[in-house]
Amino acid sequence: MANDIVKPENLVYTKTKVLTDNVMHYCPGCGHGTAHRIIAEVIDEMGIQDKTVGVSPVGCSVMAYNYFDVDFQEAAHGRAPAVATAIKRLNPDLFVFTYQGDGDLAAIGTAETIHAANRGENITMVFINNGIYGMTGGQMAPTTLVGMKSATTPYGRRVDLNGYPLRITELLATLPGTYYVTRQSVHTPANVRKAKAAMRKAFENQKLGKGLSFVEIVSSCNSGWKMTPVQANKWMEENMFPNYPLGDIKVDGKIAEGITADRLVVSNPLTVVK
Amino acid sequence: MAKELKLMKGNEAIARAMIASGTDGYFGYPITPQSEVMETLMAEKPWETTGMVVLQAESELASINMVYGGAATGKKVATSSSSPGISLMQEGLTYLAGAEIPCVVMNAMRGGPGLGTIQPAQSDYFQSVKGGGHGDYQLYTIAPSSVQEMYDFVFDAWDIAFKYRNPVLILTDGAIGQCMEKCYTRDYVPRWTEEERRAKAPWATWGKPANRQHNIITSLELDSARQEVFNEKLQKKYREMEEHEVRFEALNCDDAEYIFVAYGTSARIAMKSMELARAKGLKVGLLRLITLFPFPKKEIARLAKQAKGMLCVEMSAGQMIEDVKLAAECKIPIEHYGRFGGIIPTPEEVLEAMEQKIIK
Repeated sequence: MANDIVKPENLVYTKTKVLTDNVMHYCPGCGHGTAHRIIAEVIDEMGIQDKTVGVSPVGCSVMAYNYFDVDFQEAAHGRAPAVATAIKRLNPDLFVFTYQGDGDLAAIGTAETIHAANRGENITMVFINNGIYGMTGGQMAPTTLVGMKSATTPYGRRVDLNGYPLRITELLATLPGTYYVTRQSVHTPANVRKAKAAMRKAFENQKLGKGLSFVEIVSSCNSGWKMTPVQANKWMEENMFPNYPLGDIKVDGKIAEGITADRLVVSNPLTVVK
Repeated sequence: MAKELKLMKGNEAIARAMIASGTDGYFGYPITPQSEVMETLMAEKPWETTGMVVLQAESELASINMVYGGAATGKKVATSSSSPGISLMQEGLTYLAGAEIPCVVMNAMRGGPGLGTIQPAQSDYFQSVKGGGHGDYQLYTIAPSSVQEMYDFVFDAWDIAFKYRNPVLILTDGAIGQCMEKCYTRDYVPRWTEEERRAKAPWATWGKPANRQHNIITSLELDSARQEVFNEKLQKKYREMEEHEVRFEALNCDDAEYIFVAYGTSARIAMKSMELARAKGLKVGLLRLITLFPFPKKEIARLAKQAKGMLCVEMSAGQMIEDVKLAAECKIPIEHYGRFGGIIPTPEEVLEAMEQKIIK
């Protein structure tokens, strides 16, 4: 009976051709799969599959190249922005994006991130922030919240011992080389739609040649956080979002409406996980 | 630029040869004694003539990874640095070797360890040919001993890099980088067209057309059995280089009883020492090594059957000598003479070392 309605004219949703058929290695509940999908959909919808080169990091998404059906390079840990810089400079007609986690982008690769942004490289950087080193087993990341437990902060992150969580996205928004800076999430259908629109803008911007587009996606790591996927999403909303507020920070080269200097210099209270 | 005879620095020769050889991109970071490479490129503005991209990176970590990204699109991409900067690049170099990306890297060696000195040295031999980064890999390592060779070897380096899909290291030192000599320039080789790039580098990431699989540039393989197969493939490539790409220059070796073995600046000093020895009636020759990997093992083994002894001259505490001894299988006395810390030995002291350590 149900088969009667399986007809092409009734199709409302299908796998994008820019994703391969490879089974993803990501944990159930992880945001990587959805983040991959919206990037692939944007590439498909823009018709740029033959003009796109991606750069994967070291971390959980190290093998992202197995899932995107576009040419791909796997960079050394933290170096994706430098790798992408040269790809774009030598091939200005390509659409170039990096896909990096918090450890890769905001710890070991901080210099490459800041300088690629400050040079105004015409690339798209996608930053998956889950506040933890997922692949190596849940150690503290630069974005781990104060009080948050990890494998290397078993009693919770302490400011006196470990310093503050780094809000690198706000920091990048203050640089003249960034043209679009936004923070999104993919944990509800509504958020996925917003994140996809942001992703589309971040890729379209490469046609303008006006600087770097940066999309942070706050994501859960239910395995690393040691929660169920549902618990992790709730925990993310309650703890990650206050410290990493969602929404555009810089649009078309200007600080977005409602983003105060106070927000950018991070003098507002940070989340403290109890 | 057509063929001309010009006076130029070794570092300048590297830069001019990059432009003339159709190099697509250069990414660098300033460090003495080779900063003239990027300074020359920036002054020449090749982006306005050949279309070559030149960018000053924020660090050597960034510049070597820019080489990775650009070269992995099948373009001719180069960098240069000096010892401390090359140390920072070792991670990038092992990734480049592991992902089989052709590129050219120049090291104008200076004295170490640590920040050391800015004066010339040859103490990065081990780092260059024994794998300065992790894993079993080799860089094709070629050692110029004149400004002319600095220029010419850039052209040769591109041929080797793309023939073997392997990084090429031009290993020189601050003396050759800084000295001014005459140099014959060449006619420009045009940069590859889009069609040529795709034909020369079908493996590269230049955008996946509908009629091929996506190209992936990576050095990661979690399956140990496959990683072993890949390592065997790399080793086969290195053995082929050893079979076909060894380069050296044997001077006065036919009747030599005693032989200097040296490369780069040391070979130039030893050449003068050889002339002084011949003037004294001593049958002394010079084996000047041009490739350090692949190492001229067979020639050293052949000469070890004929000569009574060899003196390795290096501006280091004795690194290349280990490979010379292995190649000669200890059949004759082989000794080292070296100065380090930025000191270049005189021809007289090198000859004296030969007389005292080998001829006796």
